[in-house]
Amino acid sequence: MAQADLQVNRPEAPAGHGHPEKWKWYDYFTFNVDHKVIGIQYLVTSFLFYLVGGFMAVLMRTELATPDSDFLSPDLYNAFLTNHGTIMIFLWIVPAAIGGFGNYLIPLMIGARDMAFPKLNALAFWLNPPAGALLLGSFYFGGAQAGWTSYPPLSEITANAAQTMWILAIVMVGTSSILGSVNFLVTIWKMRVPSMAWDQIPLFCWAMVATSLLALFSTPVLAAGLILLLFDINFGTSFFKPDAGGNVVVYQHLFWFYSHPAVYLMILPIFGIMSEVIPVHARKPIFGYKAIAYSSLTICLVGLFVWVHHMFTSGTPPWMRIFFTISTLIVAVPTGIKIFSWTATLWGGKIRYTTAMLFAVGLLLMFVFGGLSGVTLGAAPFDIHVHDTYYVVGHFHYVLFGGSVFGIYAGVYHWFPKITGRMLNEPLGKVHFVLTFIGTILTFTPMHSLGMQGMPRRVAMYDPQFQGLNQLVTVGAYILAVSVIPFYFNVIWSWMKGPKAGGNPWNAMTLEWTTASPPIIENWEVLPVLTHGPYDYGFDPTAEAPAEEAIVPK
Amino acid sequence: MSQIPAPLLTLVIGVVVTLVSLWYGQNNHLLPLQASEQAPLVDDLFNVMMTIGTALFIVVQGTIIYFFIRFRRPKGDDTDGLPVEGNLPLEAFWTAIPAVIVVGLGIYSVSVFQEMGGFTPGGHHGHGTMVAQAPQKNVIDVGSPLLAQSEAEDSVYTNVQVYGFGASSLKEVRAPDVTVNVTGMQYAWIFRYPDTGITDGELHVPVGQDVQLMIEAQDVIHSFWVPQFRLKQDALPGQTAELRFVATREGTYPVVCAELCGAYHGAMRTQVIVHSVEDYADWVASRVAQAPSGDAAVATSRTDAEYLATATQAMPVDPTQLAQLADPVKP
Repeated sequence: MAQADLQVNRPEAPAGHGHPEKWKWYDYFTFNVDHKVIGIQYLVTSFLFYLVGGFMAVLMRTELATPDSDFLSPDLYNAFLTNHGTIMIFLWIVPAAIGGFGNYLIPLMIGARDMAFPKLNALAFWLNPPAGALLLGSFYFGGAQAGWTSYPPLSEITANAAQTMWILAIVMVGTSSILGSVNFLVTIWKMRVPSMAWDQIPLFCWAMVATSLLALFSTPVLAAGLILLLFDINFGTSFFKPDAGGNVVVYQHLFWFYSHPAVYLMILPIFGIMSEVIPVHARKPIFGYKAIAYSSLTICLVGLFVWVHHMFTSGTPPWMRIFFTISTLIVAVPTGIKIFSWTATLWGGKIRYTTAMLFAVGLLLMFVFGGLSGVTLGAAPFDIHVHDTYYVVGHFHYVLFGGSVFGIYAGVYHWFPKITGRMLNEPLGKVHFVLTFIGTILTFTPMHSLGMQGMPRRVAMYDPQFQGLNQLVTVGAYILAVSVIPFYFNVIWSWMKGPKAGGNPWNAMTLEWTTASPPIIENWEVLPVLTHGPYDYGFDPTAEAPAEEAIVPK
Repeated sequence: MSQIPAPLLTLVIGVVVTLVSLWYGQNNHLLPLQASEQAPLVDDLFNVMMTIGTALFIVVQGTIIYFFIRFRRPKGDDTDGLPVEGNLPLEAFWTAIPAVIVVGLGIYSVSVFQEMGGFTPGGHHGHGTMVAQAPQKNVIDVGSPLLAQSEAEDSVYTNVQVYGFGASSLKEVRAPDVTVNVTGMQYAWIFRYPDTGITDGELHVPVGQDVQLMIEAQDVIHSFWVPQFRLKQDALPGQTAELRFVATREGTYPVVCAELCGAYHGAMRTQVIVHSVEDYADWVASRVAQAPSGDAAVATSRTDAEYLATATQAMPVDPTQLAQLADPVKP
């Protein structure tokens, strides 16, 4: 594959060289268009907001250690629950998984020098910090208190200034998400090294294709709903005011049309991370490449038609409750395919017990539980009992914390050497894993029982009969709070002083490992040529020197 | 493929997993007391899901943990594992099994939903008809000037759809024995009995009789939930919802608001008291006797605050406050 071809095909490729040899520390605080800088900006920002959201969770769990509302004022409690959810979704998991790993890895994985639209990319990132500032600033006005769902009429009569800031923040991160999605799609579509066929793309990129499509379809609908809400609050319209002819249920449809797919936005990139981490550390080809790739697209498609399962107890006619019961249950099939494929990938492997692998397998264990409880929630007759209870809280934390957060951790332990050029400390990583694993089970398992017994969610005060289990949950939450200490310490210390990683510390086969760690500014001196598939482990004893010994797949 | 256990071992594991799942599916004790006709239907569905879920949980988690330990890297071995890229029959198998399970669960869910009366809210059509149009304001109980006003306004919404659970389509369709108009407001439930003019902050129903709740919200969205009945329905401002049930067990159960409705959402709790038929008649008689004439017109002369006093006894707000709170919602 001649390099000349590549340069002709892509005018923005190495032509310019209008950049220094290496970025300085302050370049990371500027409108930098390098996808790696942007990826790191996303990751660092999101890990900061993770602490903020986690701090709110700890305060809420402290409040819930006793049945009475005696630690926080109820208004403040509601502000914390609203902003905990909002921050964890929009400023932690989405920017870390999609913005962070997506931007950092996609060009490196497909052999591109940058994203298709670098300036758009920088713009997408820089929408995030002001959005975060708006959310934090809204606490000056009491903080939005209507839950991350912000159902009217409550959201229209509570803390109007803060609610308006909340809406603006979400619209900004939504815009960021749309810009990012366009960028990912065009990049993966157009900027692969010419030798890379569609069935040789790393599965993380497939997952990002599905994620981006989903974000493009659904995010505008949320933006529309929120703008209408903004008008209702500030400009006297009455889209959602029942006493002036509005309809409160319409908002719920607009909201959930985005916000259920948002669940897949938060897990599909993580599925992609799983498909990268597991083969490397199990030393096995991924089992069922095509099944995993297509099941991402299936989840994307079916995931667009399940939103009413959040509204089974709302103003929904019977046919809707039934239709969405069936469609929701169907999502279990493509998700199951992925779980089984990763499990089968472990079979016959030479599994290395690295921290990345521990988190990946931990995710598998958590996700099986969260997936099964998700199926029960899909069945309308049972959902009607447990809707808006702690059962739901337990379920979605199992898939979002046990799933997405475990996945982000796995990704960090896996790609940290690539991103920083230094290894993380493995023993400290294992301490982090054990604490996180125990804390997760302790925090989120009793919630299922609480919900079924009769404890609603989003309450600052509860029936004293639930105190025992709630205290157990609070202990679990404290363990989770402690668990991040070894992690943050590990990351900061290793970034400064960790042992040098070298280009390919895990002997992995995807393209990002063919360049230096950290990669040079335009990723490669000479663009790589694909000599084997992304997961061709075990096919060739000399596979550890991948560049020369070409294996022509298929 | 020599690692696959011998058929006998597989059989033994299969039998043990099945037995454990069947036992746990029936004996999980995760759900509270059953106090309505719908409750056993929901619980049976849950227990079936729990049985399947337990089996899948044990098998999948067991497999993951077994593989993770069995295929760990031997010390000093830096070679790769077996280059297996897929197995079409196996993949077809684990696509088909969940597909069959979810289709089965889907059909079962629909059948339970129908038995619970999910297809007939707002109407007395029965027999699984999916048309649920009905005028729901056939009885207007004027309990308070504030609420009377709201009802007068609401009557603009004629022919709106009624949501929720109606008469079970599997039973003979008939008019309910008791109808109660339920209004959710920050942070209380008001129960009004149009037949007798009774207004209360607690729900009293007779055991074994067909009770119909017509649920609405005054200000923001609330959600009426009785865990022991396994029934929940959002109370929506501007839209009526119905919950119809037969309580099967005397006792006192919590009524919980399940939709975030403001700062004191967690305190928006009251009780449903399921009386024997005789006790219920006594309760009705005593309440009607309390009111000077049992006449709605008298009730109208009360102020909102007086009217709400009974409902707010256990609340962190006083009735005057509550009446004021409700005010600004109206234009």
